[in-house]
Amino acid sequence: MRLYLKYLSIHIKSQMQYKVSFFLTVTGQFLTSFSAFLGIYFMMTRFNKVDDFSFSEVLLCFATVLIAFSLAECFARSFDTFSGMIGNGEFDRIMVRPRNEMFQVLASKLELSRMGRLIQAVIVFAYAIPASGVAWSADKVITLVLMIISGIAIFSGLFVIYAAFCFFTTEGLEFMNIFTDGGREFGRYPLSIYGEGILRFFTFVIPLALFQYYPFLYLTGRSANVLYILFPLVGFMFLIPCHIIWKIGVRHYKSTGS
Amino acid sequence: MKKYLSFFRIRFVNGLQYRTAAYAGIATQFAWGFMEILIFKAFYNADAAAFPMEFSQLSSYIWLQQAFLALFMLWFLDNEIFSAISSGNIAYELSRPIDLYFMWFTKNLAIRLSKAVLRCMPILIVAAFLPSPYGIVLPFSFLGFLAFLAAMLLALFTVVAFSMLIYIATFYTLSPLGIRIVALSLTEFLSGAVIPLPFLPDNVRKIVEATPFASMQNLPLRIYSGNIAGSEMLRGISLQVFWLTVLVLAGRLWIKKALKNVVVQGG
Repeated sequence: MRLYLKYLSIHIKSQMQYKVSFFLTVTGQFLTSFSAFLGIYFMMTRFNKVDDFSFSEVLLCFATVLIAFSLAECFARSFDTFSGMIGNGEFDRIMVRPRNEMFQVLASKLELSRMGRLIQAVIVFAYAIPASGVAWSADKVITLVLMIISGIAIFSGLFVIYAAFCFFTTEGLEFMNIFTDGGREFGRYPLSIYGEGILRFFTFVIPLALFQYYPFLYLTGRSANVLYILFPLVGFMFLIPCHIIWKIGVRHYKSTGS
Repeated sequence: MKKYLSFFRIRFVNGLQYRTAAYAGIATQFAWGFMEILIFKAFYNADAAAFPMEFSQLSSYIWLQQAFLALFMLWFLDNEIFSAISSGNIAYELSRPIDLYFMWFTKNLAIRLSKAVLRCMPILIVAAFLPSPYGIVLPFSFLGFLAFLAAMLLALFTVVAFSMLIYIATFYTLSPLGIRIVALSLTEFLSGAVIPLPFLPDNVRKIVEATPFASMQNLPLRIYSGNIAGSEMLRGISLQVFWLTVLVLAGRLWIKKALKNVVVQGG
């Protein structure tokens, strides 16, 4: 942990060297996800409700997913760009060091510019938390915090799987984007609006619904099932298969020789 | 003219090489289109009366958008041009007896077309077999189909003409990333890539439809399903021609000015 903090402080210092470019990228990130927000805004003002969720409830959902995604991307970005690491032989250097490979990959990059998204998510959050009509008691606050933490874990897990596939293909698999970027894009609405089948898929295969949908039902008072508070914790179990896939990948690793 | 054609051919054939990437892309875009349609379906169920187009028109819009993604995505730019400008390799290009603007223009056309050719057919074929109203419908009419093709071509040219302005802006800033993201984030929305423009409130839509961005994917995709027809269609296509001319002229003038005081970076 101490070592990781050390890595982090180095990354922060190095990114602060290029301040103008840093702030432009942050602004850009902010604006990019802003168009997604505009999409929701115009759709919801036209239709008022979707699957019985109101505008401010959808915003709460959107902000939760966006916060979880941007934090995951900020810290686990190195897995997202892992194909580059294999391609230039960087991973060979990692293998010969006496530390866990996963830890080193994780620590090798920190993408602070993703803060642009985070800032936007926080602003939306600040609006949606009072506007959503949720009575914020202690259990609801805990639920929301668990949702975000679990979301970070699940998105990071997806990035790890994405990276692990690179061991077999050297190139990144574009198809995984459906679950990472797609998870962000489609998670802006509660997952039930896509119908029963898709909801089941996102519960049992890619467990986005565990942090985005079920606890959300409890949060908005649609369900009184207290167990839903704990569903985000179940989401952490997703990290186990991710870790196994990563291990298999490392064992399969053949250097590209560069 | 011949040299531009060969630039076009080289880039086009080169683009056709990446077939595996294309297959992965097809699967992604198919899943993406499918999810998009489910979102709109949920809104349709919420309030069918507020839905501004027929559902089958929307499905066609989404499938065409996914199939021809490479033609219209504004963020899809040629990194070689950016690195040529910031590394100084542009000096080689400048010493050749060619027009830089048209060379970049044809290169961009070729890359976009080769990507789209590889990807469009499987998506369109599968989408054609989906049950109504989720699949793509046959074109509205034969004449409408011809207009659709013309509008597609003009839209593609408009997109490339717009990206030329972004390349040229790099002469002044050298760091392409910032300007690129700032320029592209909102244009994406204005061109109807996030939600089709009919879903905007009427007064907002009218303003957006006058911008060059509405002359991009918005117009051809809506002409195809008959959402825009008749005199509105003619007006749309004339607006396309207008914006295309303006963008090309602006680009030509700007690049001339930029090249006059270009500073070649490094050796």
